[in-house]
Amino acid sequence: MCRILLATVMLMLTVMTNAQEVSREEIRGLDEQIQDVKKDVISLTSELNRLEEKLLFPSNTQVALFVSLPDSAEFSLESVEVKLNNQVVAHHLYTYREIEALQLGGVQRIHTANVQTGTHPLEVTYFGKSKSGKEYRATASYSVEKAVGPKFVEIQIAGNQSAINFKDW
Amino acid sequence: MNSRLARAVAGAALTVLCAVPVQAKVPEDPTALYTDNLRDLFFGEALFNAHQDNYFDAITGLDTELQQFRLLDDPELDPFSVHFGQAEFAVGDLELSYRMHREAGRAMEQVLRGDVPQPIKNEAAYRLAKIHYHKQQFASALHALELIEGRVPERVRAEEQFLRARVYMQLGRFEEAVALLKELKGEKSLAGFVEYNLGIALLKAGETERGVLELDSLGRNAGSGAAMGALQDKTNLLLGFQLMEAEEYQRARTYFDRVQLSGPFSNQALLGAGWVEANAGRYDRALVPWQLLTQRKSTDAAVQEAMLAVPYAYGKLEVHSTAAVNYGQALDLFGNQVDVLTRSINSIREGKLLEALRRKEASQVKNWVVELRKLPDAPETHYLLDLMASNDYQEFLRNYQDLNDLLERNKDWLQSLDAFDEIIALRRSYYEPILPGLDVQFRQIDARIKMRLEQRQRLAMRIENLLVNRRPELLAKSDETESRLILQQIRDILEYNPSLQSEETEDRIARLEGVLKFRLSREFDDRLTEAYKNLQELDEVIATLQESYQRYVRTRQAATHSYEGYTDQIVSLRAGLNRAQERIDQLMSRQGRMLEQLAISELEERRAQLESYQIKARFALADSYDRANELQERRADARKVEEYQRQVEQMKQAAPQPQEESLPTDNPPELEAPASNGEGADNE
Repeated sequence: MCRILLATVMLMLTVMTNAQEVSREEIRGLDEQIQDVKKDVISLTSELNRLEEKLLFPSNTQVALFVSLPDSAEFSLESVEVKLNNQVVAHHLYTYREIEALQLGGVQRIHTANVQTGTHPLEVTYFGKSKSGKEYRATASYSVEKAVGPKFVEIQIAGNQSAINFKDW
Repeated sequence: MNSRLARAVAGAALTVLCAVPVQAKVPEDPTALYTDNLRDLFFGEALFNAHQDNYFDAITGLDTELQQFRLLDDPELDPFSVHFGQAEFAVGDLELSYRMHREAGRAMEQVLRGDVPQPIKNEAAYRLAKIHYHKQQFASALHALELIEGRVPERVRAEEQFLRARVYMQLGRFEEAVALLKELKGEKSLAGFVEYNLGIALLKAGETERGVLELDSLGRNAGSGAAMGALQDKTNLLLGFQLMEAEEYQRARTYFDRVQLSGPFSNQALLGAGWVEANAGRYDRALVPWQLLTQRKSTDAAVQEAMLAVPYAYGKLEVHSTAAVNYGQALDLFGNQVDVLTRSINSIREGKLLEALRRKEASQVKNWVVELRKLPDAPETHYLLDLMASNDYQEFLRNYQDLNDLLERNKDWLQSLDAFDEIIALRRSYYEPILPGLDVQFRQIDARIKMRLEQRQRLAMRIENLLVNRRPELLAKSDETESRLILQQIRDILEYNPSLQSEETEDRIARLEGVLKFRLSREFDDRLTEAYKNLQELDEVIATLQESYQRYVRTRQAATHSYEGYTDQIVSLRAGLNRAQERIDQLMSRQGRMLEQLAISELEERRAQLESYQIKARFALADSYDRANELQERRADARKVEEYQRQVEQMKQAAPQPQEESLPTDNPPELEAPASNGEGADNE
């Protein structure tokens, strides 16, 4: 009877050895080929991204809007709405992972558009909560001055202060 | 017999528990993906993707940034220069997370060969060692660590020492590992993991008591949190098996009892606790943990074993009828589970496992590889949990899912390329007919603009000359110039025809010339200032004109660039994508086959195990019935004997006391001889 116990523990061992049934060389060979194809697809994707940007958002008309959460570890962003030229161009609801990524210093590109040179009104509204559950909401406006080159605007949301700051890049 | 088996079992379990040094689950290097001084939005965007484990997008973003940065004429002026070094390491880390070890390794080797300061080389060597360790190339990992000269940066120093200790353990150099791990004790970021590895290293180095002591302390309190709880349980389980192997059953039981009843190691601990008692001959006490275990998930190997262990204990306790009932229940369960396993094997063979792994939910649902069992006709993944937890299987799964992700991305790009073709064709059909006409108009305007610019240039030069060489007549108004020319004409006429000359005429001409000259001379400064102002106004107009000119040129170029020069690039990219798709398809098939093969092999082993349990249970059931019958018969016999004895007793008690019978003095009548001839006969 006690042999059963031995057999069970040996079964646990087989889990570790199962993978060895497929030869180590075969695994390594396949893994290296997968790495090669990943490398090639990354390279292709980089080129495709550049092509897409050149084709759809040429630098003379490109405006890109970015959202960041500086020093907002205590604040949880729930949604952001962006109006450019009085039209809603982006409305984003944040997932837990996105909030965490923003809190860790990540910057989210929320919208890329094509506009003519000149001044364009930008209006941003956000909604969020503090850790204690207090709700925060704010709206702020800004003028995007589009010149010849591409225009990048960072929308800094200081949640707990109900403030939105804009920064031209 | 029992104790030999217990030792063998404990030894096998120990092999599993001690096989791989435990490592803390930490990001590759948190500092590589953090900045408190963001100077480039695109670096921030890559961080946003990296922190969500979107490694592909993060690598692509950083790769593009690095490439563009390297092409700059003055890279030090670009804000990205602040993040350049960090980005290079971050790409290596992200490639490692994306299981591109070779690429990450190459990048680190390049740093090691390069002309860079030693601290950077040290960090690269540490990262390279990590890559080798991950690929289970321990000798290479040690070689990379030996390339470190001096100290590594403070933020990775403890990690580097911990990695070195684990490499030593893998290479069987336990004494060196013990020395390093002792130094690392108290390191907060590695709390628990250092102690666990130190305990294992001590055990492996032959210092059993010290190893047990080290692990005992960790087993009492590893810290708070789920991970630490699991580590504490694992430690106690390891100690339990260690002491069971040493036949110290009482102490072993203490450690098995310490394992949390709801933790991931609880089933094995309950099973072990039962065996400890059984080995000590206390089958009634062994039944307590085993009975508890039989109520748990029936796919677990420990639970299935407990289904046999419970009736075994009842058998030992001579409760054969209960043993028989329990063997019957075990047989039912084994039968059901064999069916489940057979269905699961068929389902995998039909490709349902891979189909489920390719679904969108795979990236959205937590633990999808387990949850997919809920899909119709999907395999029972609870049987694959241990397999799925193994490093190789995890690698296979991730590779398969990565390949599927690449396949989907490329499909989207191929669709996008078709859309780009359409956009380009539309733009071409719009611009091509109108651009030649616009070009003709533009050339005319261009010629006029050039002419006006030349005129402006001449005026500017004249005004500048007037500042040096005062010539008021050049600032004369048109009527004044006309008057001056008329006077000049009169003088020419008079010169040609002297008869018309008179003193009065001469005076009048001279007076008029004087008046004109006087006015021009008097107003020269004002006029010069005004001319300068006019020139400035003209400059403003010309600037507007030039801006419009430039805008037109840019728009004209943009119009051409919006459809010209893409054809070759799109053709090449489409071909590249199609080639990649073919390769991905082949690799997915191969990786998928490996996944299926391993899963089927695992399920077949579990099925074979259950079938052998079934055979054992059937024999044991029959044996229990026999014993139960035998016992029943014996009991029935005993009861009969008892009954008979009782009856006898009762009869004895119930029957009247017989009177003292006098011995017969006379013969019975039949023996009496007839009076006439009896005597005669005797006499005969």
